[in-house]
Amino acid sequence: MEGAWEIAFVLFQVWLSIVVGLIVLPAMFGVSLGFTDIYIKVLVKTLEWATLRIQRGQKEQPTLPSQSANGIIEKDDGSMEEEIGELRRSHPKNLAGGDFTMCDAFYFCKKGIENIVEDQVTQRFTSEELASWNLLTRTNNNFRYISVRLTIIWGLGVFIRYCILLPLRITLAVIGLSWLVIGTTLVGLLPSSNAKNWLSDLVHITCYRICARGLSATIRYHNKENRPKKGGICVANHTSPIDIVILANDGCYAMVGQVHGGLMGVIQRSMVRSCPHVWFERSEMKDRHAVAKRLKDHIADKTKLPILIFPEGTCINNTSVMMFKKGSFEIGGTIYPVAIKYDPQFGDAFWNSAKNNMVSYLLRMMTSWAIVCNMWYLPPMTRQDGEDAVQFANRVKSAIAHQGGLVDLSWDGGLKREKVKESFKEEQQKMYSSMIVVNMNESLN
Amino acid sequence: MGSRASSLLREEDIEEIKKETGFSHSQITRLYSRFHSLDKGENGALSREDFQRIPELAINPLGDRIINAFFPEGEDQANFRGFMRTLAHFRPVEDNEKNKDLTSGEPLNSRTNKLLFAFRLYDLDRDDKISRDELLQVLRMMVGVNISDEQLGSIADRTIQEADTNGDMCISFSEFIKVLEKVDVEQKMSIRFLH
Repeated sequence: MEGAWEIAFVLFQVWLSIVVGLIVLPAMFGVSLGFTDIYIKVLVKTLEWATLRIQRGQKEQPTLPSQSANGIIEKDDGSMEEEIGELRRSHPKNLAGGDFTMCDAFYFCKKGIENIVEDQVTQRFTSEELASWNLLTRTNNNFRYISVRLTIIWGLGVFIRYCILLPLRITLAVIGLSWLVIGTTLVGLLPSSNAKNWLSDLVHITCYRICARGLSATIRYHNKENRPKKGGICVANHTSPIDIVILANDGCYAMVGQVHGGLMGVIQRSMVRSCPHVWFERSEMKDRHAVAKRLKDHIADKTKLPILIFPEGTCINNTSVMMFKKGSFEIGGTIYPVAIKYDPQFGDAFWNSAKNNMVSYLLRMMTSWAIVCNMWYLPPMTRQDGEDAVQFANRVKSAIAHQGGLVDLSWDGGLKREKVKESFKEEQQKMYSSMIVVNMNESLN
Repeated sequence: MGSRASSLLREEDIEEIKKETGFSHSQITRLYSRFHSLDKGENGALSREDFQRIPELAINPLGDRIINAFFPEGEDQANFRGFMRTLAHFRPVEDNEKNKDLTSGEPLNSRTNKLLFAFRLYDLDRDDKISRDELLQVLRMMVGVNISDEQLGSIADRTIQEADTNGDMCISFSEFIKVLEKVDVEQKMSIRFLH
């Protein structure tokens, strides 16, 4: 019995030293040994083969539903005036534009039914549908049995992901986070100095690099010359907590967020020992002025790291950018926008907090193929004269959406959980009323 | 969405819905995915709240009336058959040429049935007549607080006057059809479903 334990222990040590030697240490120095590149290349080839195989299978069996990621319907995007105007033109009554006709209701009816079949908002809170299956069970929408080979590859994929990659990634994550806690606590013992800041940055970056390897993350950075500078505010679209790992792999930021309990709380407390982050108590978050003041004070101090904020306020599924809350755009300072776009073929990064809690989300991440994403640093922006915070926020949002190839929406990400404001309906009613009453006075004369 | 969604829909059901509504196989499975994603309670039927969760529908002035069309008299749950039957009204009329295997009787998306759908938006108590009161209520939904009671009243009176041919101060379905006979109902009450 003892012999077996000894062997297991030795194996474990060998395993650990391989991991540390081949993955952790190169990661910390920012060196890539090329394993991930090879892995991604093999993956791409396999997925291409799988797509072709599925397409061939669909041609042979025409009852199989084809997977098209196009919408279900084709919409016209006429305005209310255009559409109702057209409706009225064919009406026998000789109207000079204005007054009511019973066919006006057709416009609202058609719009309503279109939105029931397909709307712009609710689809942003669930994972994006893929154009072709990527051999993960979770993205399997309409998969029917196609061929033995495909099923074998899928089975092999399951084995590789759950039995090889998952333990490896969990090990890396544990190493990374422990290093963060230990490292920042040690650095926190030093007196304030340039050396302390340098060491703190080192600890943070190395930890995030280890975590990125723990997700097989392949990140392509664009326009590094626009990287956020101290005293600025970095603003990005939000898809998942992993955004932080992606961003912090290439720079150091001061995080902003709520104080948590448990493991998160431990990490937060130790991080703040080595360099200033902005953690708010739950009660403080309600007071907008207090929040704004703390952020203003932070960016006024030019020795502190740039703040990282996600103005959408919630995770969106990376097909669109939703309304930016104006709070971050009112404090002044320079905004450094960043656009992050994940490639859904390798793994769906979106955190659907209604469906998965944090732990099951992380497990899903660690059993995906990989996380592949592009990150663009956009040129810094400041509020212009005559522009209010909302307009500024929209300008930044458009720039990010444009760069990342995402749909630019004005809808509030908070609609994930809350009801839409009545005022929007009132706007619609007002617009319609102006179409009826326009010539009201004339016809009454 | 997921493999679970499509596996709950059996082939026999799909065939029946195809016959009844004229939708194609792939359209039915995609609409089933949509139905499933709206069904937050995962009980195979939609409630009014499920519809209200769509923001663009919630801000539609006639949103409540449209949602109501999905629920048969006195019921609070809309199952998938009912959902498809209601949506079938909005299939374009040309599509009927391709699907000749519909059961006898008028297809759900005929001009008359489209007009009936619109008529029922106005006919609040489902008594096959649009009274002045009902017309006022629906008008009020569409204009909100922006028009006074008197103005709205005279609009309603004028509308009924022009449509009412038998003098009962209400608009019946045939009077409704007559008033709108020149309107391109086929195009305005149809949605282009992709195949």
